[in-house]
Amino acid sequence: MLCEICGKNEATVEFTEIIDDEVNQIHLCESCAREKGVEMEQHFGIADFLAGLTDLGLEFESKEVVSVKCSNCGMTYDDFRKIGRLGCGECYSAFKRSLIPLLKRIHGSTRHVGKTAVKLEKVTGVAKVSELQELRQNLQRAIEMEEYEEAAKIRDRIRELEKKAKAKDETR
Amino acid sequence: MKLDDLLKETAEWLKGTGPNSEIVMSSRIRLARNLAKYPFPHWASKKQLENVLSDFEKAHKSIEYFKGALYLMMSNLSAIDKQFLIERHLISREHILHPEHKSVLISDREIISIMVNEEDHLRIQILQSGVNLQDTWQLANKIDEELDRYLDYAYSVELGYLTCCPTNVGTGLRASCMVHLPSLVMTKQINKVLHAITKLGLTARGLYGEGTEAHGNFFQISNQVTLGHTEEEIVDNLERIMRQLIEQENAARKSLLANQRELLEDRIWRAYGTLKSAHIITSNETIDLLSHVRLGVDLEIIKDVDRNMLNELFIQIQPAHLQKLQGKQLSADERDAKRAQLIRSKFLR
Repeated sequence: MLCEICGKNEATVEFTEIIDDEVNQIHLCESCAREKGVEMEQHFGIADFLAGLTDLGLEFESKEVVSVKCSNCGMTYDDFRKIGRLGCGECYSAFKRSLIPLLKRIHGSTRHVGKTAVKLEKVTGVAKVSELQELRQNLQRAIEMEEYEEAAKIRDRIRELEKKAKAKDETR
Repeated sequence: MKLDDLLKETAEWLKGTGPNSEIVMSSRIRLARNLAKYPFPHWASKKQLENVLSDFEKAHKSIEYFKGALYLMMSNLSAIDKQFLIERHLISREHILHPEHKSVLISDREIISIMVNEEDHLRIQILQSGVNLQDTWQLANKIDEELDRYLDYAYSVELGYLTCCPTNVGTGLRASCMVHLPSLVMTKQINKVLHAITKLGLTARGLYGEGTEAHGNFFQISNQVTLGHTEEEIVDNLERIMRQLIEQENAARKSLLANQRELLEDRIWRAYGTLKSAHIITSNETIDLLSHVRLGVDLEIIKDVDRNMLNELFIQIQPAHLQKLQGKQLSADERDAKRAQLIRSKFLR
């Protein structure tokens, strides 16, 4: 069978396209398949998905939101929507209002419960096996067990630690 | 250590020494980390990228784990050498696109590799044989802590490790296993299995990661979400699912042996026969056939083939490896002939 695109070379690749639930199979030669593959990658970059998600999160997007700029690296929220990648760590604070709903969509969560950076442990005095991490897990457990009084206590302790950490973080 | 020395060695993860390594080839942990001082690589100036490199160089030289490690600037490597590192799973395809101001550090036995200025400033990778996620994570954690001592990571209390792409933020952890599932493919259960896996927060990809096709019944299974779970939860979740996957593949193998033995043996021996006799063969065909022979060895249908030889062949038959073994550039046609020759020589032994 000859390639269905160039009609010259032997077709060696079976290419399946799914558009709106319609499955299309085409037979291609290696070089046309490669081109087609590149085309697909360009069509479906992660940036496009992210851009789609950010739009969903911000139906009433105003010029104000789009032009928010990270003071550290100069990236605007509009840049991020186009590229799908952030400019620096500070962008997370600069675009926080729009990023939080996006993170919720991607991860189903907006809160880190994993390990704590060594340096931060030093400045905050948070224990090596992060106290915060442990508290957050206890909080989750307390909520699951419907022990709301206990949960409220843990929540307050977490807030206190976070405040402390943040203050130190900002003075760095 | 020099780059060409790798050619003579078998990477640790390929040795097949890890637990359940007949079905799970390797376990991999990847951590995405950035330095607080500089913009992420795609947004940084040349000067800033150079600073990231020099900060990292100072740090790695002070760390015991990296004694005698191989440190390479991507811009100094030939096209074949770059492809060679991809074939060994030491760098990503993305890392060779714009090689300026990018580097890679490769440890002894190829267990640790760190890409500098890929999508994030650092991509730390640990690769081991078999289902070995806990140990692999422990090692990744230690190396991360060592680097953290010398480098100021971009980290926030609320969001954890800050990454260039919001899909990696939080733990920055991607845990993955490379699995060989020929019987689930043969019994046509694979789509069902992979579909179930995606519902459990995991994702399946081809042999060389993102955007690559599955060849030779190999799949890479990894976690999707990096925020809102601890590293231990992510690793534990993947490990549990791997154990179930091993059970399912083993059940499919038993069922094939019991109900379709003729068909199974036919596929295995045909693959064996082709590899032993072919004079021209592409890498994709080779990988598919090696997959069947590997299954034959696992099921003790084929007894005179060494599994380690097969593991090594999976890597050696790749284009850049073939060319380095021959010591010269080869066209696609020449490679297909040399590949067949190499395989025949290995099978005759």
